[in-house]
Amino acid sequence: MTSIAATHDDHDHHHAPTGWRRWVFSTNHKDIGTMYLFFALFMLFLGGAMAMVIRAELFSPGLQFVSPEFYNNMFTNHALIMIFGMVMPAAAGMANWMIPMMIGAPDMALPRLNNLSFWLLPAGALMLVLSIVAPWVGGGMAVTAGWTLYPPISLQAGMSMDLLIFTIHLLGISSILASINIVTTILNMRAPGMTMMKMPVFVWAWFFTGVLLILIMPAFAGGVTMLLFDRHFGTSFFDAAGGGDPVLFQHLFWFFGHPEVYVLLLPSIGVLGMVVPTFSRKPLFGYKSLVYGMAFLATLGMVVWAHHQYTVGMSIWATKYFMIGTILISIPIGLMKFNFIFTMWRGSLTFETPMLFAIAIILMFAFAGVTGVMLAVVPADLQYHDTYFVVAHFHYALIPGAVFGLYAGVFYWLPKWTGHMYDEKLGKLFFWWTTISFNVTFFPQHFSGLAGMPRRIVDYGVQFTEFNMVSSVGAFAFGLSHLLFLYIIIKTIRGGEPAPAKPWEGAQAGTPGLEWTVSSPPPFHTFETPPEVK
Amino acid sequence: MSSSQEHYYVPDGSRWPIIAVCGMFTTVFGTALWINDISLGPWIVALGALGIAYLFFGWFGDVIDESMSGKYNAQVDTSFRQGMMWFISSEAFFFAAFFGSLYYIRMIAMPWLDGEGHLGSSHLLWENFSASWPLVNTPDTEKYTQVIEPMGAGGIPMINTLLLLSSGVTLTWAHWGLKKDSRFQLVFGLMLTVILGAVFMGFQAYEYYHAYDALGLTLNSGVYGSTFYMLTGFHGMHVTIGAIMLAVITVRAAKGHFSHEKHFAFEAVAWYWHFVDVVWLALYVFVYWL
Amino acid sequence: MSEPGFASLPRPKRQSRRWALWIPALLAGLPTLGWAEMKLNLPEPVSPLTREVFDLHMMTTWVAVWIMVIVILLVGYTLWKFRKSTGSVADQEFHKGFFGTWSWLLVPILVLGIDLTIADRANSTFDQVENIGDAEVTVKVTGSQWKWTYEYMEHDYSFISNLKSKEEAGEYDYLRTVDNPLVLPVNTRVRFLHTAADVLHAWWVPEIAVKKDSIPGYINETWTIIEKEGVYRGQCAENCGVGHAYMPIEVQAVSRAEFDRWIGERVAEKQAAVALAASNKVWSKDELMAEGEGLYNTFCAACHQVNGAGLPPAFPALAGSDMALNDLAGHLDIVINGKQGTAMAAWGAQLDDLQMAAIITYERNAWGNDTGDAVQPADVKAAR
Ligand code: HEA
Ligand code: HEA
Ligand code: HEC
Ligand code: CUA
Ligand SMILES: [Cu+2]
Repeated sequence: MTSIAATHDDHDHHHAPTGWRRWVFSTNHKDIGTMYLFFALFMLFLGGAMAMVIRAELFSPGLQFVSPEFYNNMFTNHALIMIFGMVMPAAAGMANWMIPMMIGAPDMALPRLNNLSFWLLPAGALMLVLSIVAPWVGGGMAVTAGWTLYPPISLQAGMSMDLLIFTIHLLGISSILASINIVTTILNMRAPGMTMMKMPVFVWAWFFTGVLLILIMPAFAGGVTMLLFDRHFGTSFFDAAGGGDPVLFQHLFWFFGHPEVYVLLLPSIGVLGMVVPTFSRKPLFGYKSLVYGMAFLATLGMVVWAHHQYTVGMSIWATKYFMIGTILISIPIGLMKFNFIFTMWRGSLTFETPMLFAIAIILMFAFAGVTGVMLAVVPADLQYHDTYFVVAHFHYALIPGAVFGLYAGVFYWLPKWTGHMYDEKLGKLFFWWTTISFNVTFFPQHFSGLAGMPRRIVDYGVQFTEFNMVSSVGAFAFGLSHLLFLYIIIKTIRGGEPAPAKPWEGAQAGTPGLEWTVSSPPPFHTFETPPEVK
Repeated sequence: MSSSQEHYYVPDGSRWPIIAVCGMFTTVFGTALWINDISLGPWIVALGALGIAYLFFGWFGDVIDESMSGKYNAQVDTSFRQGMMWFISSEAFFFAAFFGSLYYIRMIAMPWLDGEGHLGSSHLLWENFSASWPLVNTPDTEKYTQVIEPMGAGGIPMINTLLLLSSGVTLTWAHWGLKKDSRFQLVFGLMLTVILGAVFMGFQAYEYYHAYDALGLTLNSGVYGSTFYMLTGFHGMHVTIGAIMLAVITVRAAKGHFSHEKHFAFEAVAWYWHFVDVVWLALYVFVYWL
Repeated sequence: MSEPGFASLPRPKRQSRRWALWIPALLAGLPTLGWAEMKLNLPEPVSPLTREVFDLHMMTTWVAVWIMVIVILLVGYTLWKFRKSTGSVADQEFHKGFFGTWSWLLVPILVLGIDLTIADRANSTFDQVENIGDAEVTVKVTGSQWKWTYEYMEHDYSFISNLKSKEEAGEYDYLRTVDNPLVLPVNTRVRFLHTAADVLHAWWVPEIAVKKDSIPGYINETWTIIEKEGVYRGQCAENCGVGHAYMPIEVQAVSRAEFDRWIGERVAEKQAAVALAASNKVWSKDELMAEGEGLYNTFCAACHQVNGAGLPPAFPALAGSDMALNDLAGHLDIVINGKQGTAMAAWGAQLDDLQMAAIITYERNAWGNDTGDAVQPADVKAAR
């Protein structure tokens, strides 16, 4: 600490700290961004390994590998890890890396808080792992409730559930603090001349993401806190015998949970807003409408949560209100979709890996969207609800909608981050491999859902066998493709063709940020003195 | 005081965040053990709490040092302010979730249980139940204890409302003092505020005791007790935190840390206190009164 | 029911619509084995309500398909036409033209039009769903971990429906059949009252009615008029823990006359059983064994299996179990009170003393568990 205190006093920001201190004590947005990204990568494999357990168990009817209790625990934690441990940290990592560079800031607005937000994640992850192993070590039943943690079933589990509740608290605090930091950075740290309406779309996307997170995370934290009290302190929020109602928790959860899906989607829309113009070699079509569209999406997204609860027995008017609100969300997202398509229209298109992913997102997320609208239609959802049709919908939304956006971002910015070009051939191979195997995995699930297969079941009747076999084979192929992803990343970090400050044939004309004015990789401290934007 | 700093101050590596993480992790882990009757739990909680206390001194100490040595320019100050504003927004939504729950229970769950509305058959399950608020008799009269008498709006809650409202006034008075660089008015105003906050907490504690002892209003007495304690409890927790922060600010004010142009810490705490005030007003209306 | 606003949408007969859904499925590279019987769509509806829902579903499906077709064609054409390798030069001014100026309005108006068309149709169908009305038969359906209890409210008769074990059901029908199916009359308005005993469940038989959650302490309602005799199957559709996969639903729709006869018989049987259990008779081991076997197979075999071997580690064996051999008090306790946090439910409330005595006697003497105990209803009463 003394050595740190010394450098701290002499205003010397020109050399990078070294060793473990560089990472553990870091206040540098790029280092923290890097840690976020590696953490997310690790969690992708952890959550993915759980998905592999799920798909292996479902490969054929009967109980193969795991007990029902463990199976339920796996899909619960698979979802929590993928969402809180993988997509959100990866998006936050990109925000950390790119936003200060894009808007010409020396760093994040609150660098120490930034470090705290990151390190809470491994702590939360550790807590989550403890929750998984608790039944073996400490006894009691594992969490079998699913990531939605609905009571009363979440009241039944043992200590595992308490640890999971605290996991949510830790991860929730982490994302609230990270969002406060990002939003403040965007509002307060822009270089002179970088007006709001000049900001790259990615920055705008994260602005809305951050605001959403600040407003929705507390509801979830409050909800699980009430669960904790029901479990241990005799309250009856969710118990009809005491005048409570299990459905209350669902409202709290989805008040968080639905906007959360836009939290996952928006950063990826932001990446699209960078990638599509670059490889179309023309400016983004409809920048303004995209920004207002995102604002509309964020607002509307906050008030339609109960479309996850059509079956709980709400009043007729409430149900209709939620239905219509939900269907209307196709407007802002449709607008964004068409903005991207028109950006490509009359462009000069090339198909590097980021662009390939962008195109796949436009097509496959549109599909998720239209099945989403089918789900939003109440009477029909009373049939679809809690079947694999929903599972198919949301994996189409989550994987192309969020995860592919992250892939696109990774490939797009890898040269900037590492200073090396990635191997384009391998990148393309990765793209085709994932896209095909992804569709093989999840497309059949629409049909098994319609044919009557409920979700969250460990065993199923023989009539669903074929669907599930195909789905599992696809999933294994999809899982394997990620080893290639890992390989590409390691290879790029270790070497490769040096990247210029402006890779991609200098084609970033349409993306107005400042990130391309610095070298690849950028110096440890970018923008010591704020750059001027004309 | 050099608020004309050209560079935005980016601190070097700091050990406080990681200590914060360890402290928080230890505390919640200990709590998880504790509520599951594992004897080590309370000790682990104590350890974590010590860590967190240490961290607050250290982290805020660093910030105060940096601030006093003039490292922060106006832009840093704005960052702090905006950060605090967003934090309070987040807190507001935290309370909104609880108020929303109260609304849901009263306006939706109660009538449903009593067999009203288009889904009116739930009363088949609870023959002797009739919905009313405050809910003194729960649907299952054996599983949960029954309330003897609901909490009224007069008496202590009324006094508490007046206390908190006047604490808002004294705080504003202190702020005026700060603006005209009157240290006496600043410190005296702050001290009054802290005292009012402490008296509020004292009354609140007595009210809880009374509720448990005489009214039969407990955590275990159904959803009325649950919502009552959840809302007033979290509010009380915020009052406690706010009062502690106010006390720290009072000491710093006495030491002359604030000037009329540079006093982010004061303002942050003041905002927080006013926020807690507003929450109380909502509480008073929806929990005690209506 | 209003006509869809999409005059241009093709509306072929249901049979061929279903066929059309194959195309995308085949494109996904699915294997062709077993296709002939494989279902790709919601099952054929047999009540007026589900039929309307089905039509709505087909309408939204077609809207979805057409939107996808348009998007794919548009994107495909763009990619093909404007690739750089054919020398396409980017039009830097495109976003400033007429379309660039007005697309923010044009696209939303178009989408809004489609949205409102869907919403309008959904609105009227939903009114049908909620139009519960007065029914001739009211069935209270209670979900509990992990079985269904059906109560015919008009006849004051109730029974429990359990998963049929693998041995009994056979490979093909396992997880699709139950010991006691719900019997319902056709062409009669039936009202369902959904509730639950422990956690959330959802009673879902897609052919005859939409699903609503079963919430402990609350009642939700759905209705149906089944128009065709037959067997209809469904499953619990709300995660209810480790046994969630193991609570299928089977409904037998029979003629009204058949139904009346059936319910009459069951009610009479029930009254006789109640009378018998009340008499203070001391039962012999053989009587108890004979009675217990059937009851065991009904209530317990789904998990512990007909041969008592269980499905370890999830469901323990009772054959040779230490408890069944040596610990009568423990045995009574676990059956009456269940075991918290495991799949083993408390049976005390569902089985009467005689049934309980028979089951326990059976478990203590079958499959080589030769304890020779003959547990009496009075023992059970004492242990409660
Ligand atoms: C990234 C994540 C993501 C995204 C973006 C979405 C987007 C949408 N989702 Fe999805 N959803 C999930 C993730 C996501 N969802 C998850 C995880 C669940 C399950 C949670 C659980 O239970 O565990 C779920 C479940 C879910 C349900 C509940 C189903 C059920 O349990 O019964 C519903 C119901 O309304 C729904 C609807 C929608 C809608 C209307 C959109 C809309 O935003 C989509 C809008 C987009 C488009 C419509 C496409 C583009 C537009 C055009 C091309 C224009 C023309 C289109 C039309 C006119 C239709 N979703
Ligand atoms: C962003 C979120 C996200 C992501 C990326 C995924 C990714 C995947 N999901 Fe997930 N899933 C959810 C979110 C997500 N899921 C949610 C919210 C639920 C609902 C949970 C609930 O019901 O509560 C769910 C539920 C769910 C189910 C339903 C379970 C059930 O209802 O019973 C299934 C079943 O097929 C499934 C499969 C998969 C597969 C195959 C992937 C694949 O994409 C994964 C690809 C694999 C990898 C990326 C990892 C690569 C790993 C290896 C190659 C192994 C290496 C081995 C070691 C390291 C040991 N998921
Ligand atoms: C849904 C599944 C399920 C059903 C149905 C079920 N059980 Fe069980 N049973 C279990 C499980 C799981 C356990 C293990 C509990 C534990 O972890 O100790 C168990 C344990 C037992 C044990 C103790 C075994 C031992 O050796 O410890 C007995 C006895 C028993 N059950 C009897 C019954 C009887 C009698 C019935 C029917 C009336 C029944 N069970 C129905 C799941 C079930
Ligand atoms: Cu009962 Cu799922
Ligand atoms: Cu949603």
